[in-house]
Amino acid sequence: MPFTVPAELEAEIDERITHYPVSKRSAVLPVLHHLQHHFGYIGEEAVEWTAAKLGLEPIKVLEVVTFYPGFRQEAPGKYHIRVCRTLSCAMAGSYELMESICEKTGIDRSGVNHHHPIAVSLDGKYSIEFAECLASCGFGPVCMVNDDFHESVADADALLKQYP
Amino acid sequence: MSGITYQRGREPHPKEHRVVFRNVDRVGWDTGIDTFLKEGGYEQLKKALGMERSAIIDEVKKAGLRGRGGAGFPCGVKWTFIPPGNTKPVYLICNADESEPGTFKDRYILHQDPHQLLEGMIIACFAVGAKLAYIYIREEFPEAAQIVEKAIAEAHAKGFLGKDILGSGFDLEIYVHRGAGAYICGEETGLIESLEGKRPYPRIKPPYFPAAMGLYLCPTIVNNVETLCHVKHILEMGGEAWAQTGTKNNTGTRILCVSGDVKKPGYFEVEVGKVTMGEVINDMCGGLKDGRKLKAVIPGGSSAKVLRADETFTVGRGDDARQLTIRDIPMDFDTMAACGSMAGSGGVIVIDDSRSISWVLNNLNNFYAHESCGQCTPCREGSLWMKKITDRVVAGKASPADIDTLYGVAKNIDGRTICAFGEACSWPTESFVEKFRDELVADTKPELEGALVSAEPLTAAAGLR
Amino acid sequence: MSEPTKTDLVDVQIDGVWHQFPKGTRLIEACRQVGVEVPHYCYHPKLTSPGNCRMCLVETGMPPRPMPGAEPPQPDESGHLPISWIPRPVIACANTVAPNMGVRTTGPITEGCRQGVMELLLANHPLDCPICDQAGECTLQEYSVEHGKGESRFREQKVKKPKNVEVGPRVRLDDERCIMCSRCIRFTDEIADDPVLGFTDRGSHTVLAVYPGRELANNYSLNTVDICPVGALTSNDFRFQMRVWFMRETQTIDTNCATGCNITVFSRQNRIYRIVPRQNNDVNSDWMPDSHRLNFHWIDSEARLTDPMLKVDGVHRTATWNEALSVAAERLASLSGSEIAVIASARMTNEELFMTSRLVKLLGAGHVETVPRQGEADGYLVSADRNPNTNGVKLVLGLENPGSTLDRVKSGIEQGRIKALIVLQENLVDDAGFSPELLGKLDFLLATYPIANPTTGLADVVLPGACWAEKSGTMINVTGRLQRLNKAVDGPGQTREPWEIVRDLVHALGGGNGIYSVTEVFKQLAAEVPEFKGLSWGQIGDLGLPLIETGETIPALEREKERKAAGIIVG
Repeated sequence: MPFTVPAELEAEIDERITHYPVSKRSAVLPVLHHLQHHFGYIGEEAVEWTAAKLGLEPIKVLEVVTFYPGFRQEAPGKYHIRVCRTLSCAMAGSYELMESICEKTGIDRSGVNHHHPIAVSLDGKYSIEFAECLASCGFGPVCMVNDDFHESVADADALLKQYP
Repeated sequence: MSGITYQRGREPHPKEHRVVFRNVDRVGWDTGIDTFLKEGGYEQLKKALGMERSAIIDEVKKAGLRGRGGAGFPCGVKWTFIPPGNTKPVYLICNADESEPGTFKDRYILHQDPHQLLEGMIIACFAVGAKLAYIYIREEFPEAAQIVEKAIAEAHAKGFLGKDILGSGFDLEIYVHRGAGAYICGEETGLIESLEGKRPYPRIKPPYFPAAMGLYLCPTIVNNVETLCHVKHILEMGGEAWAQTGTKNNTGTRILCVSGDVKKPGYFEVEVGKVTMGEVINDMCGGLKDGRKLKAVIPGGSSAKVLRADETFTVGRGDDARQLTIRDIPMDFDTMAACGSMAGSGGVIVIDDSRSISWVLNNLNNFYAHESCGQCTPCREGSLWMKKITDRVVAGKASPADIDTLYGVAKNIDGRTICAFGEACSWPTESFVEKFRDELVADTKPELEGALVSAEPLTAAAGLR
Repeated sequence: MSEPTKTDLVDVQIDGVWHQFPKGTRLIEACRQVGVEVPHYCYHPKLTSPGNCRMCLVETGMPPRPMPGAEPPQPDESGHLPISWIPRPVIACANTVAPNMGVRTTGPITEGCRQGVMELLLANHPLDCPICDQAGECTLQEYSVEHGKGESRFREQKVKKPKNVEVGPRVRLDDERCIMCSRCIRFTDEIADDPVLGFTDRGSHTVLAVYPGRELANNYSLNTVDICPVGALTSNDFRFQMRVWFMRETQTIDTNCATGCNITVFSRQNRIYRIVPRQNNDVNSDWMPDSHRLNFHWIDSEARLTDPMLKVDGVHRTATWNEALSVAAERLASLSGSEIAVIASARMTNEELFMTSRLVKLLGAGHVETVPRQGEADGYLVSADRNPNTNGVKLVLGLENPGSTLDRVKSGIEQGRIKALIVLQENLVDDAGFSPELLGKLDFLLATYPIANPTTGLADVVLPGACWAEKSGTMINVTGRLQRLNKAVDGPGQTREPWEIVRDLVHALGGGNGIYSVTEVFKQLAAEVPEFKGLSWGQIGDLGLPLIETGETIPALEREKERKAAGIIVG
């Protein structure tokens, strides 16, 4: 897919930039969020587009993109699942939840490492990664599917059924 | 709470004292401004706008409000750190990056009562003279960001934000700024760097104390969500009356978040110091799971030093000295510090006797290795090192000497880093080794001493739990 | 600014001894001033201080704060209050002195911090010193010996990172050696205004990177190699050429432009391997342009002139110095002074120019001139004047506007008024627009130069003149600063320093004056040229001294002064 930022998206981005009257550079995160929301991930073109938009060297944008796990550098599945890995959720069974989701979606996480945290199902429908504390520790295991939040996820099937 | 009904199964416990969480899980409550206005919303703002700025700060000081984000620093005192005679713009940032493991309170304020936060924040901005403010919301709260932005728009439409608020001549814009998944952005100078569009590397202090040189090197006040909400209630009740709740030097209410091995985990707003750890675990949370014994508690978010269930804590000095069991500890800032840990962010993680201490510590070390920003040497190199050692302990590939090394690495981080993450990541290891060395050593093999081994990163490791 | 008054000074105890420092002095600088080195990696006085390496942690203390109602502490006989030591160490690079403060750079707290940081820095370091170019001048090595424990407890797999990365045409990166001090990033952001470097990824996996497809190519890129405290950034030019401990260091100055950057020349067995900038806060701070530092490989060129040569029947043959000089003297003596022009060089030292003025006087030469070299100033350290000693030409040779009368020399030759040309250290064909045809009209052409060139090709007498690295003398830079050029290597073959050549020519023409060293030339110069009056060679020192007011400034220095005044850097 060629990298083209639609006019409406650019207008939204331009409006966001006005929230930072002191320094345009402050808008790096919001601009990237908008691009990721639209494109699914932050590729090289998105980095360069952002840099040009804000008058920065692209490395200064890449520094930010690679710092935050919230920015994906690879295309996720249609439904991107983030399972909380941190203590309370782990105690409540989040590792088991991860295994169960992977099994049911056919996702192979054997290639996952620090540089490639996301695994995608063969059909591209689901992708998954561990996330650190999602701040709902009393109701674990918790996960996010795209922007939806799920607490006390006991049954992977029931979860996945909502995302056909 | 007379006249208020709560959703079934989410009713407050009788020992709770709900102020900030008054409307959380409330039947018939929504995030719209009309609902908020019906219950006296923005009345305190109107009152504040008629007050001297210093009078507002005085009320907050009189209240003795201590920051609810983790450090417990007096909020009113923080506000007065803006240099006298300052001519630069002042900024206020609401820290809604809630990410200390075990903590889940700000989430509900943002999702269910955004105007409470906005009212507190607008009052705070007026008091410190900020005309531009940001709410830094963690990326993992996308819905909260939308809700708060809608609330901001509503407040704007009613004249509570924007130019010449309610004819007072005071101008203020508040914007939502979304994070992108980094624990370090909860550290106030890391947050500021993030908001400047840079890598969120915390700044050295001195010279970069935010109240003097914060956002864009201008005076900046960073306060937690819960803290800012309290500002509204302090104005409503008056600082002195507000200080009547809670206990001396540990005034007001705060929200405790309990997770882990209890029957009924959840959030509880209590008067600070008026309930004990035993009451929290046994009464409010329904006790431990059947047949289980308490092993340990992490009392104030994952960075707080662990408390062992069979420890005896000596608090107070001289004639005031007394011995406490873990269940006796009142949930306040000072006693928790006297017990060698901290009340921190109010996140209580309960660990029962079914858990492997090695596994628990390794889980936390994983978190800190993942979240270390990597700016300064001790934490960058040490956090991953500690994780790698506990990876091996959990995998049965460590020797008893590795436990000493683990402790030594933590000590080499503690107190030597740019920001408090150094303590956050070393205190779990230090306290777990100090208090559970026997259990950690039991998971090691003496014959592996000096061997070059490595452990694959954990997958489920369920057997060791 | 005036000298600090008594009230601007604070008493600070460093390792048990009380000293006074101006308020605002950083602890690391206070220690340095009293001869106590505090180890550090990220701190650099010309850059902002991020405080990230933690190597400079020291124990500090302040007078105890009495409990309410308690007696305040009493000063001792020296007037100082007792010091209550604080268990939490602080970084010496960013904290400043305070009244009655104590600093300990030894003892268990400070030493424990240093040991800890060293162990952590080396945990993931590849320890590949045997093949690392930085070996011998690596602060990781130095501090390991001085402050490390000598053993590591690290038994894990090291983090793998990119190696052998071309970050630019002249700079190469090994990320596994990088200690993330961020000096290079700060240099490119703050000094070179070319922010192409950055950190990517995070935590232990953080790497220094240049954006894919971009490069660190600015003309100051090699300064990042200089300030890299470890072997992460290395110079393509110097890489694997020579172990640093085998090399000799000569403190001298750059001659590629009128700035006269202070440099250190590294050589071994008469061969130059590397040039690096030498700190001089009145000239080049700690920096220098790549173009200047790399302009030395021609010194080993095959085309170097090694012997005097005489043109016989249109063909050059080597000759002895005596032979060549007597031929030259004979030919010149047969002409009247007005028929002789001397073209000297603004690349010559004051001493060479002084001898040239003697020669001009002796010959009664009708014309003396130098060749101008104008380029574009880069707004940093490169001066528009690409000659290093134009101010020397003005002062010593007495030319008001050097280079302005070259056309008159040309027309003089054209019209036959000028019959002989003495060309000292210049290549008139390539650098001054003298066509070979024009030079062909001369009866006699003498040329000195380090390398064979079209001008020497036409000369009747060719004399091999030493280049800048092979000679000593003084020059005056763009701001009017007198600086010393020091000989780093010997010229090849029979090469002589230009001041010697001119002296020998003067001798051959019968004007002997028994000068045997360049310092003697300087002494005579100082006696005759008013601006130099009272100066001695030794007084000039390694950093030079201001001689005349030119009204010119060096842009990079001006900006540094502003940053220092604003408190952004120590300076």
